Amino acid sequence: MDGSLALEIPQIFPEIALSVFGIAILLLDTFLPKSKRHAATGIALAAIALTAVFTLGLVGEDGTFFSGMIVVDGFSIFLRITFLVVGALTVLASSSYATRENLAVGEFQALVLFAIVGMNLMAASNELIMIFLGLETLSIASYILLGIKRSDAKSNEAALKYFLLGSFSSAFMLYGIALAYGATRTTNLEAIGREIAAGSAGMTLIYVAVGLLFVGFGFKVAVVPFHVWTPDVYEGAPTPISAFMSVGPKAAGFAVLVRVLMVAFPAAYAKWLGLVWLSAVLTMFVGNCVALVQSNIKRMLAYSSIAHAGYILVAVATRNQEGVAALLFYTLTYALMNIGAFTIVSLVSRQGDRKTYLDDYAGLGFKQPGLAAALSIFLLSLAGIPLTAGFAGKFFIFRAALESKFVWLAIIGVLNSAISVYYYLRVIVVMYMKEAPDDWSPVAMSSSAIAVIALSVLGILQFGIFPDMLISLARSSVIGYR
Amino acid sequence: MRNYFPLLLMFVVVAATVGAIIVLSAVLGPKRRGKVKDSPFECGFQPFQLPTDRFFVRFYLIAMLFILFDIEVVFLFPWAVVFKALGWAGFWSIFIFIFVLGAGYVYAWRKGAFQWE
Repeated sequence: MDGSLALEIPQIFPEIALSVFGIAILLLDTFLPKSKRHAATGIALAAIALTAVFTLGLVGEDGTFFSGMIVVDGFSIFLRITFLVVGALTVLASSSYATRENLAVGEFQALVLFAIVGMNLMAASNELIMIFLGLETLSIASYILLGIKRSDAKSNEAALKYFLLGSFSSAFMLYGIALAYGATRTTNLEAIGREIAAGSAGMTLIYVAVGLLFVGFGFKVAVVPFHVWTPDVYEGAPTPISAFMSVGPKAAGFAVLVRVLMVAFPAAYAKWLGLVWLSAVLTMFVGNCVALVQSNIKRMLAYSSIAHAGYILVAVATRNQEGVAALLFYTLTYALMNIGAFTIVSLVSRQGDRKTYLDDYAGLGFKQPGLAAALSIFLLSLAGIPLTAGFAGKFFIFRAALESKFVWLAIIGVLNSAISVYYYLRVIVVMYMKEAPDDWSPVAMSSSAIAVIALSVLGILQFGIFPDMLISLARSSVIGYR
Repeated sequence: MRNYFPLLLMFVVVAATVGAIIVLSAVLGPKRRGKVKDSPFECGFQPFQLPTDRFFVRFYLIAMLFILFDIEVVFLFPWAVVFKALGWAGFWSIFIFIFVLGAGYVYAWRKGAFQWE
């Protein structure tokens, strides 16, 4: 084998390990008797742990590999770790869910691993084509995961909707890639940036390309006006997958958006700033205002996730290191609180995902105080109440916005946080101030779900009370980031 | 532009002639319809079911598997042509590719995707 290529393979060990374990789980699943198939969960967790070791081994690396296709830097390593955390929590949360709903555990966990591979590749791509490859790997895995409840009409609807709109948005993105290539004769992000800086690219084509790429990524991260699929998909999907979809692909999409806008198109900043600014404001307002009137808690969390995408867009608009560090902090902590909240929603919804309405939470605070307390912490953190990680994340984003003189964005963001408090608190009010119905059936707990909830609560409080550690880690990850 | 005038003239004459023939035959031609005359002639059989009917999902599965393993060959042919030039790097790359496909094959086989019943 070509010597230099072989030396670069360790840079993608994390992705190789995940793929190998994913395939192994698929094969093993077909040979094991049905009673032993839950072993897939353990193998998937082991795979993620091993991958984390490989990824941490890359800390300190800084450079591009495989002819400039893969970039390994602090930013991509931080995100790879974020995706592994998301993956581990999803695997844990879905193991008991898959048993309860009688789903194929092996395929489920293998697809989660493949989805992490896709997200990792997105975070580490330095090439528009590689970005597309990672995005499709992630998307194909998530199409199947969304529709994995094959006999459930809503799950099928979610999968089909996401598939159709996802392919549609991929087409926009490909067109953007084609135009960028047409204008600069390269798909390498850094080379595109150099070509534009040298003034040898047609700027009209570049502006159209940036617009089309923004449409493509906007669909994936669900920002207004490309958000319409979100509530239906999150509502119909198996709940652990709703949790996964609301944090994993979103973080990966933002990672790509940041890298493409900042590395390839810094020269078009004046143009894309307008897009991002407008979209951020619309996303925050639409997400929060529509969430106010939702009675289904999964739809409410879907609109809340749209609103959070708006806050993250504020961080993108700042275009400075502080903003990117805030984005990294926010995506990781947001993953903890959202997966925690969705895990409790999936427990409370009982078998068949039936009880997902606000009224189904009446009296939960008295019947199962621990569960209600944990959900309260997640919701308070989503609302951004001090001492939770949600507050710290919003604080860093708005401070970065103020430092870059985006006073209005910061003001609109804070206003929206205030709006959001209403619908998060409403759930808490229902849990603690309404009587439980007479036909109350206790919520069945499982050790893996308890582990997810406990880890998320710990993380939220840790990063909420002592945010210094994580934010300084995020800041050191983006040093030298252009 | 003048060179193209005959071409334009030809378009006009052709359109006029064809239009005139169609209109004239529709207006003047005798129309004697009958059951035999209205049936499809030399155009295949009388359709005996609607094309929007549902069909067995297994056809879809078989078609998908066929495409998967068909594409495999598409990648193998160019590799085989330049096998010597690529050397061991090419060999191991293709080996990994075949291995992944083989794993997919075993998965499909164990899941019973190749059984019709």
